[in-house]
Amino acid sequence: MSGWAILGQAVLALVGGGIVGLLYRGLDRKIAARMQARLGPPLRQPFLDLGKLLAKETVIPKTAVAWVFSAMPFVAAIASFTALLYLPWGPFGPILEGHGDALLVLYLLAVPALAMALGGFASGSPLGVVGAQRELVMLVSYEFPLAVVLVALAWRLSTLGIAPAFSLGQMARYPLWGVVGPLGLIGLVVLLVSLLVVTPAELAKIPFDIPEAETEIAGGLFVEYSGTYLALFYLADAVRTVVMAGLVVALFVPYGIAQPLGLAGAAAQAVDLLFWLAKVFGVMAAAVTTVRVGMARLKVDQIARGFWWRVTAVALSGLLLLALDKVVSG
Amino acid sequence: MGLSAFKRALWVFHVATGSCNGCDIEIVAALTPRYDVERFGIRLVGTPRHADVLLVTGPVTRPMAERLKRVYEQTPDPKAVVVVGGCGSTSGVFYESYNVVGPVDRIIPVDVYVPGCPPRPEAIIDGVVKAVAKLEKLGAKA
Repeated sequence: MSGWAILGQAVLALVGGGIVGLLYRGLDRKIAARMQARLGPPLRQPFLDLGKLLAKETVIPKTAVAWVFSAMPFVAAIASFTALLYLPWGPFGPILEGHGDALLVLYLLAVPALAMALGGFASGSPLGVVGAQRELVMLVSYEFPLAVVLVALAWRLSTLGIAPAFSLGQMARYPLWGVVGPLGLIGLVVLLVSLLVVTPAELAKIPFDIPEAETEIAGGLFVEYSGTYLALFYLADAVRTVVMAGLVVALFVPYGIAQPLGLAGAAAQAVDLLFWLAKVFGVMAAAVTTVRVGMARLKVDQIARGFWWRVTAVALSGLLLLALDKVVSG
Repeated sequence: MGLSAFKRALWVFHVATGSCNGCDIEIVAALTPRYDVERFGIRLVGTPRHADVLLVTGPVTRPMAERLKRVYEQTPDPKAVVVVGGCGSTSGVFYESYNVVGPVDRIIPVDVYVPGCPPRPEAIIDGVVKAVAKLEKLGAKA
């Protein structure tokens, strides 16, 4: 593929990812409102919010470390958008396949969280510092189960002789559901469940929104952010939702419907892309929207302990079941 | 990006300056499914830095005056101030009380008054929407 083709695709993916992210945020708010028997905001509300934030004054507090405070929104937005380039988009493989694998996506998902925490520390507000500490506590809690899920899948893929096993494109091309035995199937379900539990934590949504907790620590790490900087965080958050849901889809349900429908060529790609968008939406609706309407905010120690003991135990048992399956069925 | 963007995306911060909680509960009532201000894009936020509109309740007690001024200055421009309730609008029953320095317009500039003890949620929503007109006027000047 020529450099220009890659560049064109990258622009399409970045712009498309931003639009899809904001649209899905609108859908998320609409569905949450309907669940609470409200009408809810119009679907284009996130676009309106973003436009309004860009029209506002951007304040840099006197007590803030100005350069860190202003750099972090850009770091968060750039890292989130970069992750789009390493994500398989339905029928299309990752645009930068071969230049970075699933581990890189993991890091690119962690960078915005770190950037938000640093921005909170640099904001010169005690509430920002509390929020940043909570964000870091949560980061070290959920990263381990997330890594266990990824390693388990990559290891099983490598035993099939597929290389490079950590490539997200390869993981999406060779789903494991049809390969493993009954024990492995249970293992995969267990891994999927733990990944779905990690998803809202990764996105800092209720019940894992302790870093923001607006009724408690007044917006936490965003407490001093306004105007353009807040808009960048808003955008980064919307894009991260797509990336995280896309990661779940790529790892566990990378199937298309074009082949069973007997389509081919451009029509097949279009149908598969739409189906992929529907799957990403499904993951978001199940793991983020429903959960955030149905639950209250957890406490810091509940989240730390819950992820370190329970979710990690669940993820590790999934890994163990996969390994046992390999031993039993060869 | 014009200020018409504010019409459908107002973020509101609530400042209680010694109110009895009557108005505050009516503000919360505006968020409930029955009134659902989110359908107009109005959202209650946790920090003045995110806010476009300040909803001020209460007669402004002596210690709160300094805080109210600070919250007003912390809110990024363009912004509007809506006073909710009789106390904040006119001092109400606390008129000439020894520990009240209000009404609110003695401390910070006010754009919209919503009288009532407490005002109904419809009146509060109406007041917030009227604040949009002020923001748009600012846009016409710029």
